[in-house]
Amino acid sequence: MRPSTRWLIVRTILGWLVALVMAFPVFWMALAAFKTELDAIASPPLLFFTPTLENFAEMNERVDYIAHAWNSIAVAFFSTAVAILVAAPAAYSMAFHPTRRTKDILLWMLSTKFMPAVGVLVPIYLILIWAGLLDTRTGLIIITLMANLPLIIWMLYSYFKEVPGEILEASRMDGAKPLQQLVHLLIPMAAPGVASTALLAIILSWNESFWCINVTAVNSGTLALAIASFSNPEGFFWAKLSAASLASIAPIMVFGWLTQRQLVRGLTFGAVK
Amino acid sequence: MKIEAHSPPPPGVQRGWLKQQRRVRTWPLMAPAVGLLLVWMIVPLVLTLWYSFQGYNLLSPPQGFVGLDNYVYLLTDPGLPQVVWNTLAIVVLALSTTIGFGILFAVLYDQPFLGRGVARLLVIAPFFVMPTVSALVWKNLLMHPVYGLFAWVSRSFGIAPIDWFADHPMMAIVIIISWEWIPFVTLILLTSLQSLDRDQVEAARMDGAGPFATFFFITLPHLGRPIAVVVMLETIFFLSVYAEILVTTVGGPGLETTNIPFYIYSRALLAYDVGGASAGGIFAIVIANIVAFFFVRSIARQL
Repeated sequence: MRPSTRWLIVRTILGWLVALVMAFPVFWMALAAFKTELDAIASPPLLFFTPTLENFAEMNERVDYIAHAWNSIAVAFFSTAVAILVAAPAAYSMAFHPTRRTKDILLWMLSTKFMPAVGVLVPIYLILIWAGLLDTRTGLIIITLMANLPLIIWMLYSYFKEVPGEILEASRMDGAKPLQQLVHLLIPMAAPGVASTALLAIILSWNESFWCINVTAVNSGTLALAIASFSNPEGFFWAKLSAASLASIAPIMVFGWLTQRQLVRGLTFGAVK
Repeated sequence: MKIEAHSPPPPGVQRGWLKQQRRVRTWPLMAPAVGLLLVWMIVPLVLTLWYSFQGYNLLSPPQGFVGLDNYVYLLTDPGLPQVVWNTLAIVVLALSTTIGFGILFAVLYDQPFLGRGVARLLVIAPFFVMPTVSALVWKNLLMHPVYGLFAWVSRSFGIAPIDWFADHPMMAIVIIISWEWIPFVTLILLTSLQSLDRDQVEAARMDGAGPFATFFFITLPHLGRPIAVVVMLETIFFLSVYAEILVTTVGGPGLETTNIPFYIYSRALLAYDVGGASAGGIFAIVIANIVAFFFVRSIARQL
């Protein structure tokens, strides 16, 4: 056997071993979601069993899945869209027209992330009551937007920074005006970076649990809240818990897998090197 | 000579172009982001500071201004040093675990092998799982001392099952957090590796560098900047770990897995002590900024 073939086999085995170990908890949960409660705690653990959809039906009886899922989707997409609209001009200006204070402003923006959410929960809760935004989608969208904004600005800034100066220089030599540069060069070149930033922000807001547990309830609760209501079951309800878990992560996981190439391509900055 | 006619533009033209560049006013572009963040930072901060000097418990009549009482109560708590220590321990342990495995996995997945695309999908799966769900799955289905899968595995080898959350609670929490974040690190480092100059690696190999020399002198330096980014982002998230603790150990046993956010939650918010929670919030902000000052600033400078 040629050494290169041997290494290919070793790498294939290692690569798959790592993949299976990392994905195993998700796989195991997905299996439990289709088990009966008795099968879920059986010893030895069951790999083969008669699947049932009972758990999903019962979950949907306890929490309105569609309503929670819709809230999750609305919050993740709206907050991300607005955050990108606010962040992109700022990141553009700092990357291409830096001033002496740009570094300080960037550090300051990031420092707002160093306010632990627990620390400012009380005032924000009171403000939400005062503004009539407690347990509304708008309230949660605003909070998620503000929580993600610094990271979005940072990511966009670093992507814009990677746009090679020579290309801009060349276009200037050819007489392109700043607006033309923006439309014909920067936006096409930065698009993958913006897309991957947006994907990351959507994933982060989907998974955000602290704020949604504390400031939302029946009207605007997301899937993260729905699952939290299953977190302290009296007795053992592992199969139902697994069904609820699977239902709450499935949409974002499928979304993440479908957009995975874009996410990665955005990070590599495509063909521009 | 044709080139000369083209290349250095006449001084007047160049200055005109610079003026045009300077005319791009940056403040209208910056204003929305800066304004929003300023409000988001100052209003809660001022309110938290205000409440931290108030004797304000939702269960009893307000006592008004109580000076430093809330802070004295907080800072004289004998459990506080351990809580601060736990917070830093979670950050350091989870950082080293995720970055260590992240580098290894990224190098592995950078090489071609059979079915790499599908394997990569499986590896990044944990990143899409929300913290409450992953904590619940690890706690119940895997680490449970009686019905968990790990317990069954050790019993089949004739070893007494480990009661993870009673005997090694901190390790259990770090394992869960690391599982959630390794995919993120792997993805970022993998992406960075794909922009590594293959000619450079090839040249090193021609010059007789083995795989280890290549890794330490070419790959690792290339990963310096993305690792700095990862350290910075992860520090922010690890300082405020909350859901994983709430769902699994509830801070215990004793204070063994209580970090600062969870301490504020359990000591003050659960007791409806708005004043105490606010003092704790200010304390948490101070600690986070000390970490930020020593740790993140030096990294952010390199960016």
